[in-house]
Amino acid sequence: MKFGVENLACRRGEVTVLTGVTFEVAAGEALILRAPNGAGKTTLLRCLAGLTPPVSGKLGFSTEDVAYAAHADGLKAQLSVEENLQFWADIFGTRDITPAVETFDLESLLTRRAQDLSAGQKRRLSLSRLMLTGRAIWALDEPTVSLDTENVARFAAAITAHMAAGGSAILATHIDLGLPSARTLDLSPYRAILQDAPSDDPFLDEAFL
Amino acid sequence: MIALLRRDLRLAIRAGGGFGLGLAFFLILVVLVPFGVGPNSDILSRIAPGILWVGALLSCLLSLDRIFQLDYEDGTLDLLATAPLPLEAAATLKALSHWLTTGLPLTIAAPFLGVLLSMPSGATFWLVASLALGTPALSMLGTFGAALTVGLKRGGLLVSLLVLPLYMPTLIFGAEAVRRGAEGLPATTALLFLAAITAGCAALLPFASAAALRMNLR
Repeated sequence: MKFGVENLACRRGEVTVLTGVTFEVAAGEALILRAPNGAGKTTLLRCLAGLTPPVSGKLGFSTEDVAYAAHADGLKAQLSVEENLQFWADIFGTRDITPAVETFDLESLLTRRAQDLSAGQKRRLSLSRLMLTGRAIWALDEPTVSLDTENVARFAAAITAHMAAGGSAILATHIDLGLPSARTLDLSPYRAILQDAPSDDPFLDEAFL
Repeated sequence: MIALLRRDLRLAIRAGGGFGLGLAFFLILVVLVPFGVGPNSDILSRIAPGILWVGALLSCLLSLDRIFQLDYEDGTLDLLATAPLPLEAAATLKALSHWLTTGLPLTIAAPFLGVLLSMPSGATFWLVASLALGTPALSMLGTFGAALTVGLKRGGLLVSLLVLPLYMPTLIFGAEAVRRGAEGLPATTALLFLAAITAGCAALLPFASAAALRMNLR
């Protein structure tokens, strides 16, 4: 699904972090966000997911179409892998969890409790949730953290399949996933203020807004 | 929608889920009061309605900070906020599951514990009725308080301070209904007030809780 934003300003807490962000992503395309730590990748993704309303600017899509995957895995430690997946499937009105389980190779873990999983297995479970949402735009915040190379490839295959089916994605990541049609967007030009700079300094405002 | 309720109930009864915490506290309080006050059954039966209601209220308070905090910490709340389920519905279901794991067990246990406080048998009906009508309001007000403080570490104290004044009317009418019932006076007015408080909470607080959650997730 095609989506874009125009002249978007987002904030984190009370601080406006990004201004003037403009981009468009076509159906079947992925946009990779590159920026140093603290530059506003998470802020932008939370804004796209509808968690933070934009300060100004326009979202050219409905946040109802965005599936958001955050830093945190969002798993319940006391529930089994299957119960965790089934919960999200019920919430998103998806009947079948099998495709998600197969894509991320979770069959052997289905009955295990989430608290007994390794960090990489938790991440896989958390990412497999995306497939249950049935949503066209995936907004992913550092999705490959704690995944090994084999599972990064598995994840890249899942995104590729998602894009081949007409979906699109926006990812904040530091590694190369080898996605077929991916563009890179550097967020540095859109930063509202330099980190650690006093925001009430008129010279800094002039220079960096 | 039912999935969230089912998950919360399942989490509550699994290890570390906190089911029974409120009930155990209630039990301890009611067992200890006769030791503190002395075995004079006249005094006990006079203070029984108040003790039972205060006990129920405090046990409700005990588990409030768990309503959203755990979901907030592991990231589930962010994901729920982006899910098709409206946050208003999520807040209602959270309040309902809090009531099912706290208010309902208290309501069922209260008549048996009333015996320990030598509560007059005529008051039992009024006790159960007032708790059944009043404790849902406690859960809903508590959910609102929990939603307001969801981002705060150790928000438990703040929730208590925020919620306690809101609990006052429920406590006053609840205890009053039981006291009047125990003395054989008509208690319907107090019960009607309790029902009105609960109905008002059910109608308004899900929206307030959802708004508070949205503010805190920003």
